[in-house]
Amino acid sequence: MATTSPAATAPLAAAPSRGPLRVRLSPRVLSPLAILALWQLASVTGVLPERTLEAPSVILATAWELTTTGELPEALLVSLRRAMAGLAIGTAAALVLGTIAGLTRVGDAVVDPPMQMIRTLPLFGLVPLFILWFGIGETPKVALVALGVVIPLYLNLVAALRGIDPDLREVATTLRLTRVEQVRHVIAPGAMPGALVGFRQSLGVAWLALIVAEQINASEGLGYMINNARDFLRTDVIVVGLLAYAALGLITDAIVRAFERRALRWRADGGRP
Amino acid sequence: MSAAVAAAEPVVRLRGAGRRFGDAVVLEGVDLDIAPGEFVAVLGHSGSGKTTLLRLLAGLDRGFTGDVASGSAPAVVFQDPRLLPWRTALENVALGLRGPDPEGRARAALGEVGLRGREDAWPRQLSGGQRQRVALARALVREPDLLLLDEPFSALDALTRISAQELVSELWRRHRPAVLLVTHDVEEALLLADRTLLIDGGRIAYDERLDLPRPRRRDDPELVARRTDLLARLGVHDHDPKEPR
Repeated sequence: MATTSPAATAPLAAAPSRGPLRVRLSPRVLSPLAILALWQLASVTGVLPERTLEAPSVILATAWELTTTGELPEALLVSLRRAMAGLAIGTAAALVLGTIAGLTRVGDAVVDPPMQMIRTLPLFGLVPLFILWFGIGETPKVALVALGVVIPLYLNLVAALRGIDPDLREVATTLRLTRVEQVRHVIAPGAMPGALVGFRQSLGVAWLALIVAEQINASEGLGYMINNARDFLRTDVIVVGLLAYAALGLITDAIVRAFERRALRWRADGGRP
Repeated sequence: MSAAVAAAEPVVRLRGAGRRFGDAVVLEGVDLDIAPGEFVAVLGHSGSGKTTLLRLLAGLDRGFTGDVASGSAPAVVFQDPRLLPWRTALENVALGLRGPDPEGRARAALGEVGLRGREDAWPRQLSGGQRQRVALARALVREPDLLLLDEPFSALDALTRISAQELVSELWRRHRPAVLLVTHDVEEALLLADRTLLIDGGRIAYDERLDLPRPRRRDDPELVARRTDLLARLGVHDHDPKEPR
């Protein structure tokens, strides 16, 4: 299979009508496909026991089954809700704190030192404290996500605000822009690229923090599904859960990137930092 | 000298204006009147204080001493265009514009600088000369009584510079703001301005009118004589031998 595939895709790569992205991507699909094939082969021949890892075909069937019973969508929604709640709280906090620290000298002196201290704390090391403080319900999960989200966005936003071209702020002065107009036309768009880099990092941390938080003691959500499956040695369900996490991460990142492309379309490179 | 022109209330009136940065005196005892509609060029070596003078008149520098009264609505064109990269050409021109139909006026201003059809272009999609013309439109659309030009052509190539100079001359004729043009280029000053100042060591060392009809020719004998004289003055009072002009 691995030997026939390159020949099969060769005309594709040579076809001039295809976009450059397609031509560049297609050879990259080959090695993952090969790995899947080997995995399936190993499972079928018994080299890879199902207690270690189920076959891809079984995982696919399980995913379908979990979807039709509604178990997977339900768990997915619960996890998504937690992540979004933490993301919303963390983003709001980072925007407020970052704006204060990035735009005012006093704010920088007051806000930045504690934020730099929090930054050095190991996020997941806080889990025991969070359990003591918030119990084992939704609160510690959302709080962990929120705290993970705050730091990357805050740091990038502050740097972006400080990095706004002073020449452009001078232009705003000579054009006699009001404070609101300065924020709208100079400061917000000027800080946007850096802030979006921070937001994408925050989004990544949000999913990571959620996965850890859902190990705490969840009674619903993807983490609960995975923990349950572990007790029943269902490696297929565990893999489906992991794939669901990955899919959520990819989809939300794609949404942010689409927004980024639109918001930063004034750049030559179409918004890539 | 300026008293002859100052029939109307002057747009700029400086009396004993000075500026120091730490121990360095950049401007000292500057008296200057600019009449409405007057085109003044300011020559001087790097570090002579001419850009400091412009920033003072633009209201960008509050650390001066002496009496400074500058235009009620000055507009500035800087050495680099300083457009907001995230706003289109039209949005840049219309930025902060008050009064009726800002977009229509911005559109007209872009047309006047020869950029009709480029309204929706991002700054990065424009050439250096086009960007500087957007900056010019952005300044002029505000109908300033004082237009401050800080070496606006120095970053342009020789051919683009000539057409930009002609454009400024044309726009000045049409709108008649008072203009203060800071430049290194003696010929540029003489081609465009009614009056040429030379700043040396933070003081106005030379202030002469040139009443030649426009458009002026570079090889006009009087212009050539004046250029020779000014270059000699720049050479004689040379505090910075690295840069002869």
